[in-house]
Amino acid sequence: MVRQSQQDKKSVYGAAPVQDPVSSHTLAVIVDNEPGVLARVIGLFSGRGYNIESLTVAETDQTKKQSRITIVCSGTVHVIEQIHHQLGRLVPVHRVSNLTLEGTHIERELALLKVCGVKDKRIEALRIADIFRARVVDSTLGSFVFEITGTTEKVDAFVDLMKPLGLCEISRTGVAAISRGKEIVCDGK
Amino acid sequence: MATQTRTKAQAKPKIKLVKSAPASKVQKASAPIRQMVYDKKNLTGAEIIIQALVDNGVDTIFGYPGGAVLPIYDALFQQKKIKHVLVRHEQAALHAAEGYARSTGKVGCALVTSGPGATNAVTGLTDALLDSIPVVCFSGQVPTFLIGTDAFQEADTTGITRQCTKQNYLVKDVKNLAKTIHEAFHVAKSGRPGPVVIDLPKDVQFAPGSYISPENTDLSRYQPRTQPDLSQIELAVEMMASAKRPVFYTGGGVINSGTEAARLLTELVQMTGFPLTSTLMGLGAYPTRDRQHLGMLGMHGTYEANWAMHDCDVMVNIGARFDDRVTGRLDAFSPHSKKIHIDIDPSSINKIVRVELGIVSDSVEALRAMIAVWKKRKYKADATAMKQWWAQIDKWRSVQCLSYKKSDTIIKPQFALERLQAALDKEKREVFVSTEVGQHQMWAAQFLKFEQPNHWMTSGGLGTMGYGLPAAIGVQMAHPNALVVDVAGDASILMNIQELSTAVQHKLPVKIFILNNQWMGMVKQWQELLHGERYSSSYTESLPDFVKLADAYGGIGFRVESPDDLDRVIKEMMKTDRVTIVDVCVDQKENCFPMIPSGKAHNEMILSADAKKFDKTLV
Repeated sequence: MVRQSQQDKKSVYGAAPVQDPVSSHTLAVIVDNEPGVLARVIGLFSGRGYNIESLTVAETDQTKKQSRITIVCSGTVHVIEQIHHQLGRLVPVHRVSNLTLEGTHIERELALLKVCGVKDKRIEALRIADIFRARVVDSTLGSFVFEITGTTEKVDAFVDLMKPLGLCEISRTGVAAISRGKEIVCDGK
Repeated sequence: MATQTRTKAQAKPKIKLVKSAPASKVQKASAPIRQMVYDKKNLTGAEIIIQALVDNGVDTIFGYPGGAVLPIYDALFQQKKIKHVLVRHEQAALHAAEGYARSTGKVGCALVTSGPGATNAVTGLTDALLDSIPVVCFSGQVPTFLIGTDAFQEADTTGITRQCTKQNYLVKDVKNLAKTIHEAFHVAKSGRPGPVVIDLPKDVQFAPGSYISPENTDLSRYQPRTQPDLSQIELAVEMMASAKRPVFYTGGGVINSGTEAARLLTELVQMTGFPLTSTLMGLGAYPTRDRQHLGMLGMHGTYEANWAMHDCDVMVNIGARFDDRVTGRLDAFSPHSKKIHIDIDPSSINKIVRVELGIVSDSVEALRAMIAVWKKRKYKADATAMKQWWAQIDKWRSVQCLSYKKSDTIIKPQFALERLQAALDKEKREVFVSTEVGQHQMWAAQFLKFEQPNHWMTSGGLGTMGYGLPAAIGVQMAHPNALVVDVAGDASILMNIQELSTAVQHKLPVKIFILNNQWMGMVKQWQELLHGERYSSSYTESLPDFVKLADAYGGIGFRVESPDDLDRVIKEMMKTDRVTIVDVCVDQKENCFPMIPSGKAHNEMILSADAKKFDKTLV
């Protein structure tokens, strides 16, 4: 399992282990909405070398001043487990849930796309938007702004189709996720 | 919830808030009236800080003043409950607080100014984080309205220290001050202990506010789990009872859990008859002179400890974290064992080594539960298997891995430590030992004897050269009548040598025992073994004359060059009433053995030329 090279033998540290397969997980993290909490969460990822694919955060409980952070991260099963525990260790973190492991869940992302074009391309853009159930939220004679909601894959597909039709700017929210059924992710460690 | 509690406290101030007001002595004449006012309202931020420190049991604080903390220093000047120890560099304030914390089991406390004060504290904070030492560090900050303007001595302290603290705070409003300090102390000592920083803008220190006592502060948001799952404990004890070749592997967690944990560990180990090995941080939890103690394990651990770890069938890890200095090559780490890991930090379990049974618990609670189950079920270790296992261990022991070539003419560092230990054994005072980092540290761990917890201070996780002297100062402050020895190397001691001045000022008779080989010994050892003897920058040229240096600071200095002279000088050292340096000129060629080279397993140790080779046919 361990690679041994000439360099490794001289190192004060052992050899780097060979990686297990990497998968993507969605974590819901309930935190106190206080200054620095996001920096603390992100710093944990950068400091320990974990990957964040998407991160969404907003206050979800105004009376308790709590926010929900939805993190999509990738890593080996081992790394994901570590991320889970490391997040749980932070003082302002109340609860960490791995939605991917804890039954089925729904993921949605919102994107705003600005598509500039004329004539056929403009018509085609509108037609595809209709197929994807994207809404036109702004229109000029030379441009549209589409609003689309859906899974990351759906948004990706829409973005790909818009590229040849004059896509010039995108703004995406990152993933918001919630579990199916009655189970809830709430306060309380 | 916190807001509710506070409002309630303000509306109906409890009389018990009054009882420990620091101003009582200073303001004697108008004490009753002044006290009432003092405790509830019209305090400055700085006064709130002092009150909060007192209520959190702080009697000593290590610090260095500066512009952004002057209001706090002014408040300190006007009270008598808290002693302030002026250090000579902020890093030392943190190490001293660590030494204080580790030797008392209380939270250590430091006070530094903004900007350079805070950045100098970073090494000490990181050291405390890696060794899980409870420390609260107060840092000054520029006034809130100047934050972010690159003001004089401004640094983004909370940003800089976020990754090297367990938690940090920037208090921007005086109304949050008291509860923030109470939470900081609670966080520092609860669960896995660690350092906490509170950044205090200067205007908040001046601002008038009211005080809330710790009892009226809501601390519910941080309540880490400390009680084990009893079914898991039963499972663990079953695994232990059926073991043929068990070993306890214990670490700093047992020390942090308190003296009761060490007592229970001793009880459990003796009850089961199992061998025990300890990490560097865990030394002292179980008496090292006992037969069941195999000595320290890991890179410079003993042959018997590492082989027992490699060959065991059940490993019981209590409060240790499978550090890379301990495990050696991971895929060959104890390949045939079932592993039980008891740790208060859930993220430590399965972090490096996958274990069969992970139990999240404070060591003391887990140990208590394990003893109860072992007794209740009337378990007995498998006598025949244990006899064989101990016979095997005795064979490993017979290698005498710590033996070294004695000399009549030159002082061997190991010999110096043996003589030091002999002197410490005769000592009537309580003895504390701290170390710096390097070869001398490993030799001290190998050759000194540890009888009780909280008497051994060393920088394990971070490996901070310059730790030992300030840590010893912190220990001596907490234990004025004890004998405190800093075992040092000639390179390490220079990293915080300025603290001699602190020791002199506060009349702290710390003994600095330098094993002087004129090299950065551990660096040299690696260069010799792994980098073709190319000693790149590891020779400490132009070392000071340590005897004169001690003298210059107002301490006492001795030099020893001959083995015959050692006992006499150590005796002299013990008698001094001031900070003392003993410059022991030791063999420059000596290396630290045994050793697990990197990327090697526990059973691939290198022994010194003087150790007996193990006869593999005996296995």
